[in-house]
Amino acid sequence: MSVPDSRTQEYLARARELVSQIEAGNIERADELLDALSGLRESKLFQDLGKLTRTLHEAISNFQLDPRLSSLAREEIPDARERLRYVVTKTEESANRTLKAVEDSIPLARRLSQRATEHQEQWERFLRREMDVQEFRTLTHSLREFLSGIIADSTGLSRNLSEVLLAQEFQDLTGQVINRVIQVVQDVEDGLVEMVRVCGSRIAPPQPDNRHAPSKLEGPQIDPTKTGVVANQDDVDSLLSSLGF
Amino acid sequence: MDKNMKILIVDDFSTMRRIIKGLLHELGFNNIEEADDGNTALPMLKAGNFDFLVTDWNMPGMTGLDLLKQVRADARLGKLPVLLVTAEAKREQIVEAAQAGVNGYVVKPFTANTLKEKMEKIFERIATVAQG
Repeated sequence: MSVPDSRTQEYLARARELVSQIEAGNIERADELLDALSGLRESKLFQDLGKLTRTLHEAISNFQLDPRLSSLAREEIPDARERLRYVVTKTEESANRTLKAVEDSIPLARRLSQRATEHQEQWERFLRREMDVQEFRTLTHSLREFLSGIIADSTGLSRNLSEVLLAQEFQDLTGQVINRVIQVVQDVEDGLVEMVRVCGSRIAPPQPDNRHAPSKLEGPQIDPTKTGVVANQDDVDSLLSSLGF
Repeated sequence: MDKNMKILIVDDFSTMRRIIKGLLHELGFNNIEEADDGNTALPMLKAGNFDFLVTDWNMPGMTGLDLLKQVRADARLGKLPVLLVTAEAKREQIVEAAQAGVNGYVVKPFTANTLKEKMEKIFERIATVAQG
């Protein structure tokens, strides 16, 4: 403050006069000057309070005026919740469809392999001329059945594989939905950052975060390079072996 | 490993139970039952002569870790081999599970081979301890 403003000059003038009046022993006049000085200070206080109130009022009205924020709270967040539920449902449906197709396929593949092995053994016996006419006749009938069995089972396998393929359609849909939700989260973040910027000096400093108790379950780790997180099964194994497992 | 041993799979997601069950079928185990959290699993374990427990950690109701603690605290179930199959991948959690007496720890996602390896290792160790 190199150039004193008018208020400072006024303070100075009155203070100087106050000192000289006291030195002159003029107590009555000194009292008047003291009253004038405290009057000056109070008016400054009221001005500051007025400014503060106006800033606060403007900040609050700005928030009320921002339609984006109220629509976020009223519509988009409940909507995001619904969308995420949809993702859960779709992925679950897909998992069940895929699992059913795979579970239906495993016995087909096993039966094919088992019956092929049986016929291969018989066929080798025939090639080694260890088979009489009657046995060969039985083998030809059995082969005929086996061939139509192959057709039926492999058709079934193809159908199940197509089902697995179709069950992956969820990825496109859930991908789009999740991208929309990411956008909503981004908007909320922007709104919060703006609020902190406006009210920043009036918000208490953050308290230390105690929420990370050791037993808090976090589910899948998205970033395996994070400290305190194992990257894969090998890391788990080496950690356990260091503990004597 | 005894292919006839009785196994309980505990996971709150039916798809995950189905996957583990499918993998165990592939490995030749067919004597399998399922439960969807610790509260359902514990009475089944107490009633049912199970030989092996495969459990998830994060479940509503009773978690897998609490189930493990209850099993270890039970006089009759105390020595039941327990394999945790979980998405929880923090070092402190693995240490916590080890301290609670888990026999093996598999992080999701996992392969059939990992599951087989861990089960074999668990039964190998049990056999070694029994001999020694």
